Amino acid sequence: MSGAQFHRMGGTDRPLVRVIIDGRPHTALAGDTVLTALLTAGRRVRRSEFGDGPRAGFCVMGACQDCWVTLAGGRRLRACTTPVTEGMAIDTGAEASHGV
Amino acid sequence: MASERIVIVGAGPAGVRAAETLVAAGVRPTVLDEAAASGGQIYRRQPAELRRRYGELYGFEAGKARRLHDAFDGLRGRIDYRPDCLVWNLEGKHLQVLHAGAPGTVPFDRLILATGAVERVLPFEGWTLPGVYTLGGAQVALKSQACAVGRRTVFLGCGPLLPYVAYQYARAGADVVAVLDTAPRTAKWRALPDLLTGGATALKGVYYLAWLRAHGVPYPHGVTPVRAQGDQAVEGFRYQDARGRERSLDCDAISFGYGLKSELQLADLAGCRCRFESTSHGWVLDLDSSGRTSVPGIYAAGDGAAIRGAEAAELSGERAARALLGDLGFAGQDAALAKLQRRLRRLDNLRAALETAFPYPRHLARAIPDSEIVCRCEMVSAGEIRSAVRDLGADDINRTKAFCRVGMGRCQGRICEPAAAEIVAAALERELAEVGRFRAQAPVKPVPIAALAEKRPEALAS
Repeated sequence: MSGAQFHRMGGTDRPLVRVIIDGRPHTALAGDTVLTALLTAGRRVRRSEFGDGPRAGFCVMGACQDCWVTLAGGRRLRACTTPVTEGMAIDTGAEASHGV
Repeated sequence: MASERIVIVGAGPAGVRAAETLVAAGVRPTVLDEAAASGGQIYRRQPAELRRRYGELYGFEAGKARRLHDAFDGLRGRIDYRPDCLVWNLEGKHLQVLHAGAPGTVPFDRLILATGAVERVLPFEGWTLPGVYTLGGAQVALKSQACAVGRRTVFLGCGPLLPYVAYQYARAGADVVAVLDTAPRTAKWRALPDLLTGGATALKGVYYLAWLRAHGVPYPHGVTPVRAQGDQAVEGFRYQDARGRERSLDCDAISFGYGLKSELQLADLAGCRCRFESTSHGWVLDLDSSGRTSVPGIYAAGDGAAIRGAEAAELSGERAARALLGDLGFAGQDAALAKLQRRLRRLDNLRAALETAFPYPRHLARAIPDSEIVCRCEMVSAGEIRSAVRDLGADDINRTKAFCRVGMGRCQGRICEPAAAEIVAAALERELAEVGRFRAQAPVKPVPIAALAEKRPEALAS
């Protein structure tokens, strides 16, 4: 899958934040949520536990709970309400399917 | 009286005005806000790193947003404000919270619930694909993250948010492919006389429509969604126009919604009575004319009690606080309460006109194909819901939940409830109000196990 889901509409004069998404480096901006960091890099946030394909959030305001992701250390967080931080390594389940 | 612990849940328009009213009377409330900063969803603030001006962020609502933010900031030092504080349980006179990731308990004597709303959606084929978002979600992405949810976005649905968000996107320079309104064009004309009594609100709506038209954005009415196309993400959208012809749009995002629904979970846990509101086809809190719930000491305001919009939220926030002050023995609330009640009644009338202009397309729920997912948390299809009723004998929404897990996932049925209830009602050939709504259960939002393992205070354990 190529391209990004979210597209920046200005406001890009911000410090850069380096993150790792599925093992690959990506640059986000200070003030981004984890969801924004993921979706300016690609078109997925997580894999549905039931095997019905990728998901990329839905409500963007902490209600639908469809953007929970796992960090490299095992911590789980809700991507749309969590600010991205330097060095964050996020797993979208792009390769193997796994339970939660 | 001075030692009573007053807690407000929520810091949107209702919570902010409630806090302000209490502080003016010399009361120091605790304000619990799930967000990182006050403003709620409608006047949501951008992160500190983004420096767009109020006009750019809020348009016509810039003045209101600034006044609300300034009012809340002016309370600093006179309230106990806790941002990033999720209230996940209510038991007796205690709230259980996750505050900046740490578990805790907040006791209260009196409580004002200003919990806000979420979007009301009805699934269409392909709605779980990456690239499909709520209207509110698309707005939050733009307002709070300076992002459009797609390169080419289709807006779909019904309600005041539809033209507003599409306008905001086009205004910000995003490519708005089309705005698809499920309401017939005649509905707006029919409601126009009543809408105009609402003054500026209706005029703004007319302006957004006219602006989109002037800028060449297609805005068909009487549309029926067919499906989001794509394998791994949205690549297009198919819909049926008012004449029943199927049409196709090239897009990578779809933003949709059919109005809002109140966040009633904490009120439910407290045992507050709800009632079905037939004009909006939704459940609201049963309040007295001053904002008291059926449970003594618990008050409610804003869209979390009934969907009436931001202006009404500010008024009802003040109303709840004045009712509370009156109950505490503060004299002189009656005149202010009477005035607030009058203004709120006028907004009730405007809301009724909005329901006429933007009729909720409940028929779409009945047309969801058996194969389509309704509960995106637990992957429960429309067919499984229908089968729970027809084959297993479920006779309300909670029995249906028990049989097929619809609404049992992480979101606690927030998203799927409107569609699931319509499907159950259709299968039973009953009225929507008769099938009920999902019972709330703690935690009302996901929390780590550590939050539940917290030592319970004596008052709770006994």
